Amino acid sequence: MCCDHERVTVAHLLPTAVEQVGGALGRSDQEHLLPARELQALSFIVHIPLVCFGIAFPAMFLYVEGLWLRTGDPVYKALAKRWSKVALVLFAVGVVTGTILSFEFGLLWPNFTATFGAVFGLAFALEGISFFVEAIFIAIYVYGWDRLSRRTHFLVGVPVVIAGVTGSMMVIAVNGWMNDPGGFDVVNGKVVNPQPYTALFGGNVWHELVHMYLAGYLVVGFLVAGYYGRRWLRGRRDHYTRAALIVGLTFAALAAPVQVIVGDWAARTVADNQPVKLASFEGLSKTTKGAPFHLGGYYSDGQIRDGVAVPRLLSLLAFHDPNATVKGLDTVAARDRPPVNVVRTSFVVMVSVGTALMALGLWFLVLWWRCGRLPRTPWFYRALMVAGPLALLALISGWITTEVGRQPWVVYGYMRTEQAVTDAGGLWPAFGAMVVVYAGLIWAAFWMLRRLAGTSATAEVEGAA
Amino acid sequence: MTLAVVCLVLVMAGLVAYAVLGGADFGAGFWDLTAGGAERGGRVRGMVQRSMSPVWEANHVWLIFVLVVLWTAFPVAFSSIFSTLYVPLFVAITGIIFRGAAFALRGQAATIGEARFFGALFASSSVLVPFSLGTVLGGIASGRVPTGNALGDPWSSWLNPTSVAVGVLAVVTGAHLAAVFLAGDSGRAGVPDLQKAFRSRALASGVLAGVVAIGALPVIASDSPDLYAGLTHGLGLACVLASGVAGVATLALVATRRFELARASSAAAVVAVVVGWAVAQSPYLLPGQLTLQRAAADDGVLGDLLIGLGIGALILVPSLAWLYRLVLRGTLDQDYEPLHQRFTPVSRPSPEEEDS
Ligand code: HDD
Ligand code: HEM
Ligand code: HEM
Repeated sequence: MCCDHERVTVAHLLPTAVEQVGGALGRSDQEHLLPARELQALSFIVHIPLVCFGIAFPAMFLYVEGLWLRTGDPVYKALAKRWSKVALVLFAVGVVTGTILSFEFGLLWPNFTATFGAVFGLAFALEGISFFVEAIFIAIYVYGWDRLSRRTHFLVGVPVVIAGVTGSMMVIAVNGWMNDPGGFDVVNGKVVNPQPYTALFGGNVWHELVHMYLAGYLVVGFLVAGYYGRRWLRGRRDHYTRAALIVGLTFAALAAPVQVIVGDWAARTVADNQPVKLASFEGLSKTTKGAPFHLGGYYSDGQIRDGVAVPRLLSLLAFHDPNATVKGLDTVAARDRPPVNVVRTSFVVMVSVGTALMALGLWFLVLWWRCGRLPRTPWFYRALMVAGPLALLALISGWITTEVGRQPWVVYGYMRTEQAVTDAGGLWPAFGAMVVVYAGLIWAAFWMLRRLAGTSATAEVEGAA
Repeated sequence: MTLAVVCLVLVMAGLVAYAVLGGADFGAGFWDLTAGGAERGGRVRGMVQRSMSPVWEANHVWLIFVLVVLWTAFPVAFSSIFSTLYVPLFVAITGIIFRGAAFALRGQAATIGEARFFGALFASSSVLVPFSLGTVLGGIASGRVPTGNALGDPWSSWLNPTSVAVGVLAVVTGAHLAAVFLAGDSGRAGVPDLQKAFRSRALASGVLAGVVAIGALPVIASDSPDLYAGLTHGLGLACVLASGVAGVATLALVATRRFELARASSAAAVVAVVVGWAVAQSPYLLPGQLTLQRAAADDGVLGDLLIGLGIGALILVPSLAWLYRLVLRGTLDQDYEPLHQRFTPVSRPSPEEEDS
């Protein structure tokens, strides 16, 4: 990556070399930063698990519908129909939570949007198009069962799958840009000459996109497999349960090993573009040649306490070279470092879960490939039941790693988060209200899915019961 | 025409689409609330459910469209509006959540009590969302949003005569649009008695909307004379009159049972009002504060935005057309079932025998 050379030096010299941006609305005062952050984080934590279903579920039910078209076995049709109904419910909830996020650009971070809206806004406009397409075709798909020809119905599912990819791609492009900004110039503290298309396809987008996309498959695949694994364990070993279990499991198990490789790619990109973030994955205070990685422990006063050091592991992870030099936190002033323990803990959680999920996935894949059967031990199914929630945990930890690791910047190296925040009051009451509303929404979604589970999927489809 | 104007036209178009399509969805909640008891109201509720289910998500995306075009093309204006008017906007998103949840859930309600509870959520949002978004528009139009980070007054920016008038008008208009659309839909579903019921609702709410609109004029005249002047001269006046004509035409068409034409004329009334508002406050985006030209991003960005949206439109327009055609042809119709009928026998398999 020769062309990254310049970026590395800029990032390294960050606070002095880059001219910081004043903010198009003038300076913000900092008073409201904490509740704004909490509200933003809360909203993401609700939205992101839902969108995993928008990303991965359409491909899964479409695959099952394809099985039905090929084999004519009505059980597949019942399954595809059921999953598409679940997807519609979750999509509805994803739509409203996503709308909240859009409002929050103005409600919480007006100075960020005012200053950089012209640079990154285009991505959301394109995302909006994707959502339109997704909303249109998912409605036709779900309400169109048995009303369109089989072929048309199947084809209607294709844009849903594609829109799930393009929609999340555009939003991730914005996040990638916030972490690795480009596509504008700064003159006298003002953002000028914005070039949206250049901005959006910078260095961090690609690994984030692939990593998030696979995360979607891991989360949904393992949640689905866990649900049907539980039924399997309880003796409901019918054709329907088995098909559902295997489809969910296959998607997740194939994604799991690849995810670890992509995670490695992510870490190396971060090492290049955001050395301070990388240093806080480990809590590395001084620039070190052949840097170690500590398992466990916590960071305090510039060192890791109570952890087990694995020599040279960090250098190996970040640069594929055990003797590489890794930049430490001390390359920047203390006020330019993220909260190390938050980033470090969430990074370790993600990596541990990722490794465990890979093991689980390989267990299934190897057995299936070698012996063509499902594992017999109940422990496998018990593990599946926790794998879904664990994948969710990794998902959220990963985003905390990325987002908190970016701090104190909202646009890395250009604008501090405290400059972005609103001057409006009343954020704590708003936060409290949103906690209640989100709790209600989540309860409602669960209630709804349980209710759906209470009706027979096979009874609706002739010949499937 | 400059690129900024083209982008403003897009925002306006999105706003109209959301006001007409989304507004009708919200208005439907109003009829749901006032439909009456289980027996009598069940049929109305069933019709609302059937009519809105396939399209409400697509209708909702218009709101997102307005936001993203606004913050890309006019970032400073967007941020000033949102940071000052955060109270009503916050209320609006709460209402949007209620509405989304209620919609998703109601289809699964098993008892009339549950259906009523979700119906009440749905209905509350149909008042909350249009009212609060209406007050936001009123706050902007009456010049109460200064350029800057939360510089306006968090309360009087939307609790003022103009805002309240626009808010009430938005609620009533939504109800009226919904009744007109539902009357047409009932006709297509072959339930003439419901068509009759929605017809009288459309007439009553239409008259009410007219009264509110006329009543709003003196309020605006005293509260924001500049806006009033814009609405009563030149092109602004023409738009206001056009809107009035379209409103009266809608009443006539509904009265004579030409519901498909009434759909078009009721939408035209909304278009005219929105255009009239834009004309009345031109050349300002934030009256007295920020002109459209100053608010606009670089032409390069606007060009990129328009190219992106243009390419998107090539996919979007045929897709939307297909969706509405399928809906209007009834291909996606679920069988019409009055909501209460499903609730009489509550027999469900026990969770252990479930099949999902
Ligand atoms: C199921 C979810 C999941 C799993 C199993 C993993 N990750 Fe991950 N990770 C995410 C889900 C995730 C994510 C989707 O939450 C993030 C947040 C931002 C992004 O691009 O993906 C992420 C970010 C993220 C970043 C920060 C990227 C940035 O800031 O630009 C790194 C370095 C890694 N991951 C590395 C790994 C490694 C080495 C893993 C395996 C052992 C791993 N991840 C497993
Ligand atoms: C596009 C996808 C994005 C995702 C998935 C994402 C995810 C997250 C998550 C999970 C958190 C929680 C961190 C925590 O617990 O503290 C967070 C925090 C935050 N996000 Fe993002 N984010 C995204 C984009 C954005 C955007 C566009 C903004 C706009 C300004 C933003 C600003 C913030 C801020 C300020 C915080 C608080 C950080 C802190 O706690 O110090 N993020 N984000
Ligand atoms: C700043 C961050 C974000 C904003 C402002 C945002 C905004 C939105 C909005 C407005 C919707 C509703 C669209 C509709 O009306 O149909 C939505 C849904 C969706 N979002 Fe987000 N979003 C954000 C983060 C993310 C992230 C990080 C992802 C994925 C990686 C994502 C993927 C999706 C998907 C796939 C949907 C479709 C609905 C669903 O399947 O549940 N979004 N988002």
